[in-house]
Amino acid sequence: MPRMKSAAELEEFRQQILAQRDADQPCFTLCSGSACHATGCGPVAAAVEQELEKQGLTGKVRFRRTGCHGFCEQGPVAVIYPEGICYLKVKPEDVAEIITETIVNKKVVDRLLYVDPTTGEKATLENEIPFYKHQQRLILGLNLEIDPQSLEDYLAAGGYQALVKALFEMTPEQVVGEVKEAGLRGRGGAGFPSGVKWDFARNAPGEQKYVVVNCDEGDPGAYMDRSLMEGNPYAVLEGLMIGAYAIGASEGYVYIRQEYPLAVENLEVAIARAEEHGLLGQDILGSGFDFTVKVHRGAGAFICGEETSLLKSLEGMPGEPNARPPFPAIKGLWNKPTNINNVETWSNIPLIINRGAEFFNAIGTEGSKGTKIFSLVGKVNNTGLVEVPMGATLRDIIFKIGGGIPGDKAFKAVQTGGPSGGCLPADLLDTQVDFDELTRAGAMMGSGGMIVMDEDTCLVDLARYFLGFLSDESCGKCTPCREGIRQMLKILTRITNGQGKEGDIERLQDLAETTRGASLCALGKTAPNPVLSTLKHFRDEYEAHIHDQRCPSLSCKQLIAFHIDPEKCRACGACLRKCPAEAIDGGKKRIHVIDQDKCTRCGSCLDACPAAFGAVGKLSGEPVPAPVPEEQRAIG
Amino acid sequence: MSDIILQIDGKEVAAKPGMTVFEAAQSAGIAIPTLCHHEKLAPYGACRICTVEADAGGRTSFVAACLYPAEKGLVVRTRTEQVNRMRKVLLEQMLSHAPDSEDLLELAGEYGADPHRFEKEPSFCILCGLCVRYCAEVKQKHAVSFFDRGAKREINFIPEIAVKECWDCKECFPLCPTSALQAAYVLTESLLTPPEEPSSCGGCSSRG
Repeated sequence: MPRMKSAAELEEFRQQILAQRDADQPCFTLCSGSACHATGCGPVAAAVEQELEKQGLTGKVRFRRTGCHGFCEQGPVAVIYPEGICYLKVKPEDVAEIITETIVNKKVVDRLLYVDPTTGEKATLENEIPFYKHQQRLILGLNLEIDPQSLEDYLAAGGYQALVKALFEMTPEQVVGEVKEAGLRGRGGAGFPSGVKWDFARNAPGEQKYVVVNCDEGDPGAYMDRSLMEGNPYAVLEGLMIGAYAIGASEGYVYIRQEYPLAVENLEVAIARAEEHGLLGQDILGSGFDFTVKVHRGAGAFICGEETSLLKSLEGMPGEPNARPPFPAIKGLWNKPTNINNVETWSNIPLIINRGAEFFNAIGTEGSKGTKIFSLVGKVNNTGLVEVPMGATLRDIIFKIGGGIPGDKAFKAVQTGGPSGGCLPADLLDTQVDFDELTRAGAMMGSGGMIVMDEDTCLVDLARYFLGFLSDESCGKCTPCREGIRQMLKILTRITNGQGKEGDIERLQDLAETTRGASLCALGKTAPNPVLSTLKHFRDEYEAHIHDQRCPSLSCKQLIAFHIDPEKCRACGACLRKCPAEAIDGGKKRIHVIDQDKCTRCGSCLDACPAAFGAVGKLSGEPVPAPVPEEQRAIG
Repeated sequence: MSDIILQIDGKEVAAKPGMTVFEAAQSAGIAIPTLCHHEKLAPYGACRICTVEADAGGRTSFVAACLYPAEKGLVVRTRTEQVNRMRKVLLEQMLSHAPDSEDLLELAGEYGADPHRFEKEPSFCILCGLCVRYCAEVKQKHAVSFFDRGAKREINFIPEIAVKECWDCKECFPLCPTSALQAAYVLTESLLTPPEEPSSCGGCSSRG
């Protein structure tokens, strides 16, 4: 296919693709996002290819490897079209049966369906599974229809219609106006209105302007942007081009983490294919609009997700933030007006242009429009990527979509907004997902990380963990961030080690106030959030650690002890065999006793003790009962 | 170009376009403390001691006076209770590294900072970057640089450059608000200078 020179040629190409496709043709769709790679979609894909060939179905049945579907907990995920039957945890040995039974004989393979853990009911179709049913997958949903390396798939799904509309039916001002009216706010963390930001860059004086995609997603456990870039790079590029047209930029950069090899590969293929077809380069579709994109791989610094640091890094300098003002919209990359948005923000643009601002701003709350993708992880049954309309409650996300907390454990807190987000307790579960609501509650939207914690998580220790992460990832340029985090981390480490002192809470509050108020960039300004939000909602846990040397979650190793209840011990020897520290004394028909001096508090004994006995317990803040004297240890 | 009128501590101040809040305050005789500012160097904003409260665009926020541009109608307060408290904590943090720095101790007196509040970690350097930036911007030699990031950040001389450039310069020494720079230099020097009479040292074996 040569370069397309007009919108008509593009439409003709799209119609050709659609004419070759039969909506009723069976299609074996296999999620091949990073999470499904980890659970083994590679061997499954090999088995599908082999089996199709064996049954003479190659060419008759389409096999599509797609980006992330979201239900990572149950991966590898396969969806069989045209019916939309969803199979979970698919293994290579299941493939022959799926092809024979479902694709050829049109029967459902019962054992691979989703089973509701509470009702025991099975769900055949993807949209019957509660995890998907309560979502609104306007952005992520396209992943299912597209082989990320296939321009044809993207076109068949309606791709580049928004670009054509923008280039041929709208002025740049109208495009900016549409994005403004849609009420789209930046999905990278700060939630600044995207249209307003575009307007700044558009109105900034200067011939040369740049647009940049921020794909330097660094929050631990978060992979929204990764999955969008891996699964649908064309949509990101299309959004970027529309933004470039609106702002008056002819060059764009994608700053993407080196650690995202599949995303880099799919993006580079997409750029090459778009260039071949005249969807990037000079005079795109005969519109007179020129646009090229370069890919820059980031070396893994969390701070480079902050926009001024990212731009410094793009220029080849160490990723350290600059003060704003001047904002990048005025003085950005190489001092030229630059508009930088995150992957998810750019992915929303084609949707807004295609369906209009009114469609978009009808979704969500007063101050936050559209949908938001979260990476739901931690102590929750259905981990994965979820896309919900703004205004959904944390409760709905965690319990309806996430399926609640594993085991019989109680929900304790949810951390939103990544390492510098905040922890919200159970009584704030009805908080809506909304930029302003979450901030008001003491957390933040961030880029969409959502970590669920159960009763076993110590929140002082959690704050310590995140401050440790931020201590490593701070650039170290300004005092309040570098030193404030260092001192807060020292205090938190002391508290979790049982060496908390009077005045530690006040010291933490003082440090947090200074770090939040005086830091140069958003990393420092938000770094105290894990401390402040846990202090606000779980202050009693801090006090228990400091005053009573007690960890209420029985989690901090220095503050807990394991003890075998002599009344319950049946001398089965399970704990004794598992103990790696040889800290358990016992024998046949003898009560087992833990030597507290040798014990490393790994918890193996607790795991090993049969539930029927339940003899091993954890203690904190109270003395360990004296061991039964040797002569009384015999069990009658 | 006409002057920009802004308000600092209730006083109307006229600033030239391109001036920062720090410079505008300085020109009006209002002192804002700083540890990383130098008139020959581009504003950097690392020590944050110059943090002030500013009302701009309908919002009150804390900004570094050395970086924030003097804007028309800007209202700045340089000594609010919260600003003083933050400066105190910043000084306490820096004093944990350089407890004997005279510059720091003087400011500590003014802001009631307790030099012993946080656990000592005497690196002697507060990472103001004056030496690094002076060497890069004024001397254009880059003989001293930052290494690593976050809590591990430190300054060091680059031996290959230092051996050529530093002997006759040492212009960065008086800029250092602590004694760290000289210490780092002495260390570098000792590594770079070959012992005058190598054979005079019998090595450790001679002690035996």
